[in-house]
Amino acid sequence: MSTSEPIIETTDLGQRFNGQDVLRGINLSIERGEVFALIGPTGSGKTTLLRLLDLIDTPSQGKVYFDGTDVTESTGQRLEARRRMAFVLQKPVVFNTSVHDNVAYGLRWRGMSRDSIRNRVDEVLEMVDMADFHKRNARMLSGGEIQRVAIARAIATEPEVLLLDEPTANLDPVSTARIEGLIGDIIQRYQTTIVMATHDMSQGQRLAGRVGMLLNGEILQTGGWHEAFNTPRNREMANFVGIENIIDGLVLTSEDNVVTIGTNHSVIEAISDFAVGDRVHACIRSEEVTLALSPISSSARNSFSGEITRMTSTGPVARVEIDCGFRLVALITNRSAGEMSLEKGKSVHASFKATAVHVIKQD
Amino acid sequence: MIVSLDPEVMQIAGRSLALAATSCAIATLIALPLSSLIHFNSFRGKRLLINVIQTLYSVPTVVVGLFVFVFISRAGPLGSLGLLFTPAGIVIGQVLLVLPIMMGLTISALRGVDVTLTDTAISLGANRFQTAYVVIKEARFAMLGAVIMGFGRAISEVGLSLMVGGNIRGFTRTLTTAISLETSKGEIELSLALGMILLFIALVVSIVLNRLQQR
Ligand SMILES: Nc1ncnc2c1ncn2[C@@H]1O[C@H](COP(=O)(O)OP(=O)(O)OP(=O)(O)O)[C@@H](O)[C@H]1O
Ligand SMILES: [Mg+2]
Repeated sequence: MSTSEPIIETTDLGQRFNGQDVLRGINLSIERGEVFALIGPTGSGKTTLLRLLDLIDTPSQGKVYFDGTDVTESTGQRLEARRRMAFVLQKPVVFNTSVHDNVAYGLRWRGMSRDSIRNRVDEVLEMVDMADFHKRNARMLSGGEIQRVAIARAIATEPEVLLLDEPTANLDPVSTARIEGLIGDIIQRYQTTIVMATHDMSQGQRLAGRVGMLLNGEILQTGGWHEAFNTPRNREMANFVGIENIIDGLVLTSEDNVVTIGTNHSVIEAISDFAVGDRVHACIRSEEVTLALSPISSSARNSFSGEITRMTSTGPVARVEIDCGFRLVALITNRSAGEMSLEKGKSVHASFKATAVHVIKQD
Repeated sequence: MIVSLDPEVMQIAGRSLALAATSCAIATLIALPLSSLIHFNSFRGKRLLINVIQTLYSVPTVVVGLFVFVFISRAGPLGSLGLLFTPAGIVIGQVLLVLPIMMGLTISALRGVDVTLTDTAISLGANRFQTAYVVIKEARFAMLGAVIMGFGRAISEVGLSLMVGGNIRGFTRTLTTAISLETSKGEIELSLALGMILLFIALVVSIVLNRLQQR
């Protein structure tokens, strides 16, 4: 049992639009002070869920608890809870007024005095590096500046929970880095609880400690990043977290949690407890595949020889596609690719550990 | 005649402006709160109500005139107030005439405000009234446009002023009623002068509207 109660909790939360379930059975628990990332493909329901958490929309099913209180129904309680949170929407918009007033609105609505508002607005505009923008009309700002105003506006109220919906979508790399740095500062400075939807998994990894994977309106799994990347629950999610090698096969033997999976003309060994006869996908992250010019040892498991069919390189890494009865992709450093003078048409030996294989059942 | 600033012409023009402005002000005081009330609340028949309002944009001025005439004539329910053939009668008629267009356009203006802005206000902790305030403020230019459209309709209508006002010289004669009367009397020169003034006012109205639409 944890000593502190979660700041946000949902039970069997669901949302329908036009008779269609967009979210189903969401049981989520956000601890005070944690940074939680929501990932999932487009249309999976991230925005819908954040809107329910911020109490903007009412769910068609289930309950939302804020700081231990059921805030699903009462308008008064919802407003009170909402005033302890802030939400930066996916499509940031500014009010047609000065930058200063944009940031001040939330404070005025909470009945803060004029002087305190001025000080607070100064402080947050300073923090987002927009101290010179007070009097500017917010409509005339660039996308990155608007996003900074939106964040300033949100943190001005010193929220206990900050909800961010794809905070760096549609921004160039420089603005993205800037916003990301800003979110990092907020986490450091205020220890704000953050729930962020993101399509950028490396960003999620940099900022968030825990991740929830949303697919077709359901949370498939929550946990740490390692788990999310290496042990996705189904093929779609495996694909989404960037697993390039998803090989279909049939479990041939199963003994002491070691299975052999038959695929086309090869056999893959993996750690798993599926039973003989199960149809499965063997998932291997491309960075787990190693390449060599000669077989490492004849007894090595999961060692395949094949011909390079394609090579591309981005930055310091090379992506090598090999045809070894099935298609296998390996990510290696450009340097080692150079040392082995790999090129299209060349024969190589690819191998990966049995522990690097994540086995999931076929749907 | 305009150049010489004929006192009667100027008086008629002044009266027209004053009547239209008064009607417009009263209609605004009714239309803005009522439209906001309709927009910010959900109730049964809301859609239908808005449709009815929009249909009334193009109600012929003579129909409103007839309606008001019946109400304020001696035998009518408001007959005892003696409003027929008075400026007050014209104002009542013009208010009724421009209310639908003002309300309809105000509702459109409020609807035109990006819903994301409403969501943003709510997420920043605005209650219902604070949210409404923000939305109204965002729609301010479009709403002012609605008011000016109403003014334009009031100053340019003729049928109603003629029926309810009676075109009494020095009392209820307006630019439009004077033009129609003088033209039928063959006083083309005077009509043209009055017409020029009306055209000028219409031009100013449309310039202001254009300016507002660019905001
Ligand atoms: N108000 C609404 N009415 C009807 N359908 C809606 C509404 N809001 C969302 N949806 C639908 O619900 C589904 C989930 O939408 P949502 O915006 O939550 O997805 P998302 O995960 O945020 O996607 P993205 O990554 O593209 O932002 C979509 O199919 C969307 O079309
Ligand atoms: Mg979204």
